[in-house]
Amino acid sequence: MKIDASKPLEYSTEENSNKIFGFWVFLGAEIPLFATLFTVYFVMVDRFASGPSGSELFEIGPVLIETFLLLTSSFTIGLAVHAMRLGYKKAMMVFMALTLLMGLGFIGIEITEFVTYVHEGATLQTSGFLSSLFVLLGTHGAHVSFGFLWGTAIMIQLWRQGINPATANKAFIFSLFWHFLDVVWIFIFSFVYLKGLM
Amino acid sequence: MDLEKFKVHGEPLIYGAMISIALATIGILVGLTYFKKWGYLWREWLTTVDHKKIGVMYILAALLMLFRGGVDAMMMRLQTAAPEMKFLDAQHYNEVFTTHGLIMILFMAMPFIIGLMNVIVPLQIGARDVAFPRLNAVSFWLFFFGAMLLNISFVIGGSPDAGWSAYFPLASLEFSPTVGNNYYSLALQISGIGTLITGVNFIVTILKMRAPGMKLMKMPMFTWSVLITNVIIVFAFPVLTVALALMMFDRLFGSQFFTMANGGMDMLWANLFWVWGHPEVYIVILPAFGIYSEIIATFSKKNLYGYTSMVFSMLIISLLSFLVWAHHFYTMGQGAMVNSFFSITTMAIAVPTGVKIFNWLFTLRKGRITFTTPMLYTLAFIPIFTIGGVTGVMLAMASADYQYHNTMFLVAHFHYVLIPGAVFAVIAGFHYWFPKVFGFRLNERLGKHSFWWIVISFNVTFFPLFFLGLMGMTRRMYTYSEESGFGPLNMLSFAGAVGLAIGFVLLVYNIYWSTRYMPRDTTSDPWDGRTLEWATHSPMPVYNFAVVPKVTTMDAFWNAKQNKTPLFEDKITKIHMPSNTGKPFILGVIFFFLGFFLVFSMWIPAIVAGVGVLIMLAAMSFDRDHGYYISVDEVMATEKKLMRGETV
Amino acid sequence: MKKKGPLYALFLSLILLLPGCSSLTVLNPKGPSARTLSDTIILSILVMLGVLAVVYILYIFVLVKYRAKKSNEGYIPEHEEGNKVLETIWIVIPIIIVAFLSVVTVKTTNAVENQAKEYKDQTPLVIYASSSNWKWHFSYPEEGIETVNYVNMPVHRAVEFRMYSFGSITSLWIPQLAGQKYAMSDMLTTLHLSADTEGSYMGRNANFSGKGFAHMEFEALVMSSKDYEDWVKEVKETAPKLTEKEFKGLLATDYLGRKTYSSTHLEFSPPPGEHSEHMSGGGKEMDMDNGNMDHQDNKEIHPSPEPSSETEFDSQPNPEVEQPLPSSPVDEHTHDSNS
Repeated sequence: MKIDASKPLEYSTEENSNKIFGFWVFLGAEIPLFATLFTVYFVMVDRFASGPSGSELFEIGPVLIETFLLLTSSFTIGLAVHAMRLGYKKAMMVFMALTLLMGLGFIGIEITEFVTYVHEGATLQTSGFLSSLFVLLGTHGAHVSFGFLWGTAIMIQLWRQGINPATANKAFIFSLFWHFLDVVWIFIFSFVYLKGLM
Repeated sequence: MDLEKFKVHGEPLIYGAMISIALATIGILVGLTYFKKWGYLWREWLTTVDHKKIGVMYILAALLMLFRGGVDAMMMRLQTAAPEMKFLDAQHYNEVFTTHGLIMILFMAMPFIIGLMNVIVPLQIGARDVAFPRLNAVSFWLFFFGAMLLNISFVIGGSPDAGWSAYFPLASLEFSPTVGNNYYSLALQISGIGTLITGVNFIVTILKMRAPGMKLMKMPMFTWSVLITNVIIVFAFPVLTVALALMMFDRLFGSQFFTMANGGMDMLWANLFWVWGHPEVYIVILPAFGIYSEIIATFSKKNLYGYTSMVFSMLIISLLSFLVWAHHFYTMGQGAMVNSFFSITTMAIAVPTGVKIFNWLFTLRKGRITFTTPMLYTLAFIPIFTIGGVTGVMLAMASADYQYHNTMFLVAHFHYVLIPGAVFAVIAGFHYWFPKVFGFRLNERLGKHSFWWIVISFNVTFFPLFFLGLMGMTRRMYTYSEESGFGPLNMLSFAGAVGLAIGFVLLVYNIYWSTRYMPRDTTSDPWDGRTLEWATHSPMPVYNFAVVPKVTTMDAFWNAKQNKTPLFEDKITKIHMPSNTGKPFILGVIFFFLGFFLVFSMWIPAIVAGVGVLIMLAAMSFDRDHGYYISVDEVMATEKKLMRGETV
Repeated sequence: MKKKGPLYALFLSLILLLPGCSSLTVLNPKGPSARTLSDTIILSILVMLGVLAVVYILYIFVLVKYRAKKSNEGYIPEHEEGNKVLETIWIVIPIIIVAFLSVVTVKTTNAVENQAKEYKDQTPLVIYASSSNWKWHFSYPEEGIETVNYVNMPVHRAVEFRMYSFGSITSLWIPQLAGQKYAMSDMLTTLHLSADTEGSYMGRNANFSGKGFAHMEFEALVMSSKDYEDWVKEVKETAPKLTEKEFKGLLATDYLGRKTYSSTHLEFSPPPGEHSEHMSGGGKEMDMDNGNMDHQDNKEIHPSPEPSSETEFDSQPNPEVEQPLPSSPVDEHTHDSNS
């Protein structure tokens, strides 16, 4: 495996740079995925039948906390990558752990929110609007949960192997994924919650 | 547990199918044990990450599925051969045409094409493998087990029966209470994820791993078509993923996406399905255009006419393919304005397609045309596909479509597009690249026999359907009355179908015959080829090229032969190769069970399988196997052997 | 190396078809809408035959002229780039053809989405056509009658079908009178048609809707306006009322013969709301949630049919009530509810 020292560690081999490019292409596929889910949501948003509408359901408090957690975690994962480039393993691990913890917090709040909705009688089965809401939020939430597991696996590898081209590559790709989820959340926050509350 | 839901009640036909599946399975297991081939199968095939072997497995699976789908087709043609036939009842006829459509598009045409691209694209761009060989194996096994999941539906629980487009509310739990459409949503989902991964893999492979000097505009046309196809895959398949997920939620968890009450919207399914479904057509047809371009250039001994416009026409087709989906339901009442827009975008596709037809004809012009079997299929494609194309323009006219929609005219049209546009192409590509992979050609005489059977019978089968459509016969009718007058033409069509079956049996017989009796091709270049895949040995060594070729022109190999310039200048160095792994196969198996448990709403086993998937993913992440090196001596030895014409 | 396949099939098909050229129902229209479509189809076939001819002539020419033969052995064709002029030609000419066909499409689509010119001035006869598994219900709100699996209408009269479905998507198609359109559960669609000739026409569901799909045929009988009025009168006098209970029974029964009632189901089971943004012409912006009310109002302004339509039509209309489908292949199935 040829290592090109002139490039950052995560790009240093051909395989590494292919992986990063491949992940960008994969994110390219995630865009139509979420775009479709958003389209379904917009089609369904007024079809709440006998169930509650968005303005009756949404509460801004928890959503603001979720937003704060996810945006901050996007910042800490950026710091983790920065630490990685400087070769500070410990700092990198700390920032990654912070990121994952905030992700966990996000998931926790989202689950509480879902439970509240269900207690209010707003379930997946209630109406077209709620089905699309649960599936859109759920898909994003599932991505975050998967990200949590994935990030944990990468941290274990970092802890065992230290920063090397393979682990650096994985951590960098993970950071791309995490930023992407953040972007999706911003759309959810603006077009689902804020618009729904208006 | 209620065992009743697993059973399929039916006729001798179903029981026959069950018995033959059981016998075939036992036969394979006994055979493998008897010949002590388990180890071989595991080491060489189930764990392989070699793009050539994966490609071969794709093609084998596709051939199997071709016969499964072909038997479905024969049953349909037999049932409708005469008025009021009693061969199948409505339910079974519905299951048969649904699986015929699904299998032919998703589990025959697509994997056949993906198989050919697996085998050929890395060779054409002078690469040693695809960008992510292990993911490639994951792709294959997900496709394979998705296909298997759909196939077992016929004997366990019942097949999907709402048509391959599965329109809601017909496909909802209320109107299709069997598990058939659960199979639909899960089998397609699993194989669809595999296809999406293939899309990512090939985009990276083609954009990042071309031999030095091969600029984008010097790539072989097949590689170009594969690149564009995979871009379509990456943008279209997520839509299918979402549509299938929503379908699954509706059927398994009672959500209200496509229901008739509580704010559901059946039209949403039709839109989502065709936003994916129309690009899907181009996913199978664009690579076919690529295959034809290679074959026409080779057998008229000329470079492809209008290379640039060929590339741009494919790009335009791929863009337009996302803007035409509503032409599948002009009759949904969206009004004249919307229909007019989609009519125009649809007809616009005729322009770039026409450009391709004329460029091919002008490639032939002033060439020296030899009529080999692959070339015959290619030459048959042009006039037949043109009929498919012009009837496509007719169907694109929204007003006229009010009379064609859902009729046999439509059925005739899309078979006139898909059979020459995809099936002839993969058969042509199969004959053309067969010697590359196996080191000997298929018999030409047998090949031509089966060609004439197939091409004549095809027209006898499908041309009458145009007239049946204009007579008012709709598709998907399992029976019709004597007075309707549909009988004679349907009988003619059935006769054609028998001819097609004979042609395909001959094709398989040819594979068998050629394997036994055809002499080895020692040239590595049996057709006097033009592109890089012919520059290495046949069959090629695991590393494809001992030395990575240096490309200066289009048709690099042809140019090197004509001008006696060397392609391989560098010295042999040690070669890095990925090592085999069984994890993708195991992942596929787990996905199969996950799908199966979900189909029957068996939640606990499904959760266990879901955790199994996560564990396998983690195992793949923790895998520290970074492949192995083939030493210079070993490469030299292999090359020497290959030069002498021995196999390795 | 001529392609004998297509020619062979064409020849055979033509021979088979010659005795019954009129059996091509789509090209044998009996009303202005179907005629527009038939003309469009024939025009497009002619244009496309021209395209085919060009391709086929060029194809045969290159294959004959440039095939490998003894005389050109050893000939290695020269490298040839594309030709700007030629390529422009086969881009521009198809664009012109497509543009021409686009104009035709837009015009004819608009034409058939609206009432035909000849009948523009009439207030159309509104018939609600709703489908359920596996039958058609035709409701005449103005007349207050309802039929199952057959529809009668006066000749020379603008008719507006409003379609919806009690289940799967279906498609109402009477090929000799008009093109088809879907009937769906959550949206009302409109189909305009009118007939120039009296007669009995095949109508059916064209969109696959499950097990009984093949049997969803109905007769569309076009009669003189006098016969039509007589028929309406007779139905109102003799046929039973359609009660909600009776209607539920109809919905639950898979296969039915013909039925006739002297009231409609619209009163107790109104059609889905009209999504006017999805609708094309018609220009009727009424609130369909109480659509049947509107029709009660329409009754006052309902004009008498065109005088010219009162022709000497002496064949019997179809007043037989409860007549089972002739030679229906559904006999083997249960006629009882099993849903």
